[in-house]
Amino acid sequence: MTGSQALLKTLEAHGVRHMFGHPGGAIMPIYDAIYDSPIQHILVRHEQGGGHAAEGYARVTGGLGVCLATSGPGATNLVTALADAMLDSLPILAITGNVATTLLGTDAFQEADITGITMPITKHNFLIRSADDVSKVVAEAIRIALSGRPGPVLVDIPKDVQQAQTDAPIVQPKPKAARLEPKEKDILEALELMKNAKKPVLILGGGACDASEAAYQFAKTSGMPVITTLMGLGNFPASDKQWLGMPGMHGSVAANRAISQCDVLIGVGMRFDDRVTGKTSRFAKNAKIIHIDLDSAEHSKLIPAYLPILADSAAALEALAAKISKLETPEWWANLEDWKARKPKRDEWGAASAIKTISNALTSDDIVVSDVGQHQMLTAQEHPFEHPRLWLNSGGAGTMGFCLPAAMGASIATGKRVIGIAGDGSSQMTIQELATLRKYDIPVKFAIINNGYLGMVRQWQEMFHDKRYSEVYLEDSNPDFAILASAYRIPGFTASTAAELEVAIKAWLSADGPAVLEVRVPNEHSVFPMVPAGKGLDEMLDDDPKNAQPEKIAVSR
Amino acid sequence: MKHIFSAFLRDEPRVLTRVTSLFARRGYNIDSLSVGATETKGISRMTFISEAPEGMADQIQRQLEKLEDVLKVINHAHEKFVDRELVLVKVRVTPENRLEIRQIAEDFRARNVDVGRQSYVFEVTGDEGKISAFIEQMRPFGIVETMRTGRVALTRGSNADMPSQVYFDGESQALEHPLTGVAND
Repeated sequence: MTGSQALLKTLEAHGVRHMFGHPGGAIMPIYDAIYDSPIQHILVRHEQGGGHAAEGYARVTGGLGVCLATSGPGATNLVTALADAMLDSLPILAITGNVATTLLGTDAFQEADITGITMPITKHNFLIRSADDVSKVVAEAIRIALSGRPGPVLVDIPKDVQQAQTDAPIVQPKPKAARLEPKEKDILEALELMKNAKKPVLILGGGACDASEAAYQFAKTSGMPVITTLMGLGNFPASDKQWLGMPGMHGSVAANRAISQCDVLIGVGMRFDDRVTGKTSRFAKNAKIIHIDLDSAEHSKLIPAYLPILADSAAALEALAAKISKLETPEWWANLEDWKARKPKRDEWGAASAIKTISNALTSDDIVVSDVGQHQMLTAQEHPFEHPRLWLNSGGAGTMGFCLPAAMGASIATGKRVIGIAGDGSSQMTIQELATLRKYDIPVKFAIINNGYLGMVRQWQEMFHDKRYSEVYLEDSNPDFAILASAYRIPGFTASTAAELEVAIKAWLSADGPAVLEVRVPNEHSVFPMVPAGKGLDEMLDDDPKNAQPEKIAVSR
Repeated sequence: MKHIFSAFLRDEPRVLTRVTSLFARRGYNIDSLSVGATETKGISRMTFISEAPEGMADQIQRQLEKLEDVLKVINHAHEKFVDRELVLVKVRVTPENRLEIRQIAEDFRARNVDVGRQSYVFEVTGDEGKISAFIEQMRPFGIVETMRTGRVALTRGSNADMPSQVYFDGESQALEHPLTGVAND
C-alpha cells in the first residue's frame, strides 16, 4: 500500500465520511487514492473555503472536520481557517501535500514551510518523512485534535512519502480518554460560595456546548440567572425566563448589568475574552469568580479566578447540580427583570428587523451560521437559540468570509438545510463557494444583509472617528447578488422593504437546494447595545444615543 | 521577580522552535535557556530563566505545558534547588601578570584548560554570582572572549529531609523522578 492509501485507510478507520479540499501538484498521489476511497471528497473553489467547511462540519457534529490542500499557496490558503479553528477550539485535521523530501528546504516550486507557518495557529502539527509513519501520525493527529480542549492539527506529507510503499499496519482509533472530573473539595468550596451568594450569575461559553443538560439541571435547581457568551448561544434555551442573553461588547443590558453587579460569578467553558469582559479592571468588580475549564492556562489568564476548577464542563456542572439547593434571591431577580425589559429600540425597517423577520420564519432546530460584522451581532441578539451546536460563527478570530463555507460544511454534515446570514462585505470574501453549493446541490439558504457598507467599521468611524468614512463604502460597486446567484445557476431573491421580505423569504426557503436572498437595508444603522472599546461593561450604551431618551442613556462614570 | 524553570521535552523536530516561538508570541522575557539530553532516551531537559510577575510565571508554565511535545514544566520557586553555570573565559596574559591571574583563578577554583604564551582559557563552574565575579576579576587583564552555558538546575534531594525547604502545600517531590506519573506515548 502507498502512503496515500495508508492515509485514507486511517481516516476511514477513524470514521471520517467527508473531507473538503482542492487538488494540486504536490498532493496528486493522495487525490489518486481518493478516486478509490469511500470517503466523499467535496471539491471547494478555494482552500480557505475547505477549511471553514471543515469547521462548520466539526462544530455541528462535535466530531472531526477534515480539509486538504496542496503545497505552497494551497497550504497557505488554509492559514486563515486554521487560525479561526484555533481560537474557537474546533477539531480540524488539515492534510497538506508538500514537495518531495529531497526538495524540502531548496525553495522548490510551490514549496512553503507550512509546519513552520502554522506552528502558532495549530494545536500541533507534523511533517511526515516516511510512508511507514503515515498511519501512526495521522491517528495521533486525530487524537490530539479531538482530545481535551479541541483544536486544529496539520499534517504535512511530502509527495514522495505519499507515493512510497509501506507495510505498516493501519492504526485504529484509541478509546476516548475519560473525562476530567472535578475535585470533590473544589465542588464543596464552590457550593459554599454559592450558598452565601445574594447576586449569583452563571455564564456558559463555547466550551459548555456538551454540558447543556447539566447546565439546565443546575440552573433549574438553583434558580440562578444564566448568560451565554457569543460562542455559547444555545447552551441554555433562549426561551427560558432565567436566560439573560449574551454578555460583552454587544451583549444585552441584563447580562452586562448582572455581571457588573453580581457577587458570585460562575464561568463555565469560557475564556474571558476581551470582547466579553470590556475593561478588565471593571469586570465583575464585586464578584468572587469560580472558573470551570479543562484548560488550566485559561484560569486567571485575564481575570483572576477566586476558585479555579480544572474539569470537564459537564462533569463539574453535574457534580454541582447534584448538591445545589434553591437559592432565594428575590431582590436580585427584581433587578434582573427590570434590566431584561431594557432593549434597544429597533427601526421598523433595518438590518435588525430584517434578521428578526428571517429568524421568525425558522424553526428552533434550524442551523444558523453568520459571517462577521453587524449582521453577526444582530443575529446573535435577535435569533432565539434553543439548542447547542446550532449556531456557528467566527467568534475568536472574527473571520469575514466564514459564513458561506461553514454553512456548506454544516449542511454536508447533517444533510439538513442550513441558514447563512452574511453582509455585503463579508459574503464576497468567499462567494466563490456558491459554485460548490451548486455542484453538490447543498441546501444552504444564504441571506446577504446589504447595507452598502462595511457596516461595523462604518459604525466605529461614526462613533469614534467623527464620521470620517474611510474606505468602507461598497454600494457603488456591489454586485446585484440575485443576478450573481443566477450566474451560478442558484435561485436568487431580493427584498427592499418589510413587505417584500415576507414574500421573498417564503420563496427563498422553499426553493430546492441552495438559494440566495439579498436584503437591501438602510445604510447607516448601528448595533446597540454597545460597550465602547476600552470601557467597562457598566459603561455600556443601552441604545444609540441618537434614539435614546435622555434618562435611558446609562453611562455611569 | 526572576523565575527558574525546568521543562521536559520530547526530542521531536522543531521542539525548541515551538517553545521559543511561544515565548516570543506571548511576550515572555527569557534571560537564559539551556538544553541537554536526559538519562531517558528521547527526552531532553531545559532550564530557563524568566523575569516575570507571579501571574505571568503561572501562565508561562501552563502555556508551555499545552504544547504536545512538552511533558512537564517545574517552577523551582516551589522547592529549594541547586543551580550551576559553566563559563569559558579566554584572557590575555603577559609575563608580568600571569602569576596574579593564576592566583585569582585558583581562588575561584577555575581550571586552566588551555595554556598559551599570550593567553589562558579558564573553565569555571558555579552559581551565577560566582561566575559574574570571576569575569569581573578577569576583566582588567583583558578578556578576549567568553561563553556561558546558562544556568542549569535540579531540585535539592535534601528537601525530603527538611520540610522547611518546600514552599507549597504538601510533601517534597525531590526524591521522585519529575516525570513519574506523566504519560508519554
